Amino acid sequence: MSTTVDRVREAGPQPPSRPDVVRVSVPKRSFWSELRAIKIVWRRELIRFRADKLRMVTSLVQPLLFLFVLGAGLQGLARAGTHGVALKTFIYPGILCISVMFTAMFSAASIVWDREFGFLREMMVAPVRRSSIVIGKCLGGATVAGFQGLLIICLAGLVHVPYTPLLILGIFGLQLLLAFAITAFGVMIAVRIKQMQSFMGVMQMIVMPMFFISGALFPVAGLPRWLAVLNRLDPLTYAVDPMRRLVFAALTIPPAAKRILDSGVTWFGWRVPGLLEAGMILLLGLVMLSIAIWEFSATE
Amino acid sequence: MPQPERNGASPTPAIAVRDLVKNFDEVRAVRGVNFEVALGEVFGFLGPNGAGKTTTINMLCTLAKPTSGAATVAGHDVVTERDDVRRNIGLVFQDPTLDGYMTAQQNLKLHAELYGVQSDLVVPRMRQVMEMVGLWDRKDTVVGTFSGGMRRRLEIARGLMHSPRVLFLDEPTIGLDPQTRRSIWSYIRELKEREEITIFMTTHYMDEAEWCDRIAIMDHGQIVALDSPETLKAQIGEDRVTIHTQDDQAAITALAQQFGIEARISEGAVTFGVPAGEEFVPRLFAQLGVPIRAVNVSRPTLDDVFMSHTGTTIRDAEEDQSKHRNRVMMQMMSGGRR
Repeated sequence: MSTTVDRVREAGPQPPSRPDVVRVSVPKRSFWSELRAIKIVWRRELIRFRADKLRMVTSLVQPLLFLFVLGAGLQGLARAGTHGVALKTFIYPGILCISVMFTAMFSAASIVWDREFGFLREMMVAPVRRSSIVIGKCLGGATVAGFQGLLIICLAGLVHVPYTPLLILGIFGLQLLLAFAITAFGVMIAVRIKQMQSFMGVMQMIVMPMFFISGALFPVAGLPRWLAVLNRLDPLTYAVDPMRRLVFAALTIPPAAKRILDSGVTWFGWRVPGLLEAGMILLLGLVMLSIAIWEFSATE
Repeated sequence: MPQPERNGASPTPAIAVRDLVKNFDEVRAVRGVNFEVALGEVFGFLGPNGAGKTTTINMLCTLAKPTSGAATVAGHDVVTERDDVRRNIGLVFQDPTLDGYMTAQQNLKLHAELYGVQSDLVVPRMRQVMEMVGLWDRKDTVVGTFSGGMRRRLEIARGLMHSPRVLFLDEPTIGLDPQTRRSIWSYIRELKEREEITIFMTTHYMDEAEWCDRIAIMDHGQIVALDSPETLKAQIGEDRVTIHTQDDQAAITALAQQFGIEARISEGAVTFGVPAGEEFVPRLFAQLGVPIRAVNVSRPTLDDVFMSHTGTTIRDAEEDQSKHRNRVMMQMMSGGRR
């Protein structure tokens, strides 16, 4: 790239080569125009993710650290309790969940960036519904986070989780659901926040407790009472649990190990079915999406 | 090609504003403005920062709700027919609103998709608007690497992507070097010739206001003058005399006593208007009684128009305001909560 050429271009643009004016018209709002808007907002998230190669790499660092460094480091301590199951295998579903969660929150944060850098205004003045923008954002964030999850799923073999089609499909579906719900949650928060720093702060305050309490790193049976209550209230619990069930169903391990490690979430002694858990995540995602849309539409 | 109609309203003006008011809590930002912009006109809103220009533009663009009053843009009410207004307007904001991570082309395509431009026309139209601002050969460059001038040009191109009937430009040349400012004005003139478009812009550069078909001078939330630049200047009817003296206060007193002229200090010099400036100068030297170091006589400019309507120059008005802002900030910092 030569600077002199740039300067010449900057100074005097050439007259257009086509004298005839291409006139377009903007149609009235319709279902199809809204779909088109959702699609382009979704595509923008993908374009930006693809452009940001560094983010793809850096967002893999954390899960790898958890799985292999924490997993290997605490293995000695945990050996007695895991009945021969590697700690990294046990925490794999939890790590997958938090990795998806962080990516999804980060995607949602782009609304705050957009506001700070002015791009949000470009979308706000377009003749489309605010809900289309929010839906496009949520789907985009979910897709990006889902892709991140897919990378972790590819690592399954390294933590002794078999690549059986049904298991992979199940995990993939669950993590996509989680990605959507968390993005909706993040967007709901991001709509109210004007500065990136505050968003990061709020995120730390919400995401870290959710992660630690969810049982991503420990079995949820036999917890102290206060922690058990918090655990059952934490939405992330209901994403980690069905995923762990799927993983453990595919493992060939002693029943004693299974009983301790995959004890499952219970409400007053009743084991909550996996489908209900997945349904709860979906419902939460939809509720938060509605709140996000409502909030976003209310801003001027 | 519709010709701008100077006087008298055309059946559907591009913009019609009635008693528009906008209050923010205590601040009365816009205090009842009335005006019409004819189809095909280049209409300028002139005034110091904080005069209410941007607030007015935001109401016309449906970004802010008027406290009271009404406005139509392209025949649609800005409150009740918000979407119809949005379909018909293009916007170039004062602050950048491009996605710096995407290429120029991706930014424009996104805009076309959001506005629902016919798919087969997106590329030809994009080529046209980008060629106009001289950025077609940079279409695949990531916008983050563009200079300030290039970004502004791209924003103008984007604002035109959907063939709006009214283009709003909020300070389109602010912070740009003179060369880029000139080229932006050449696009605006070119646009006027090629497309059936009405241009509504705000500026606080007096020299740029000269290019407009008509200008409205805004001060403290009100329109104090509205006409073509030529008419406004002709209305002044006086030449502007600026003198540098040993003692400005004594000079002002002497001017009042000797000639009955009301002068004021503006931009560091004693300034006043007289019907025939050149003939007045010899009398001035003979009778003033205060030593004069330099004298300057000029024909009325828009600066004088502004001064005669607001009692200050646009630069002084902005200086006063920034002083006021600083004072308020100091008060807030010293007396504010801890």
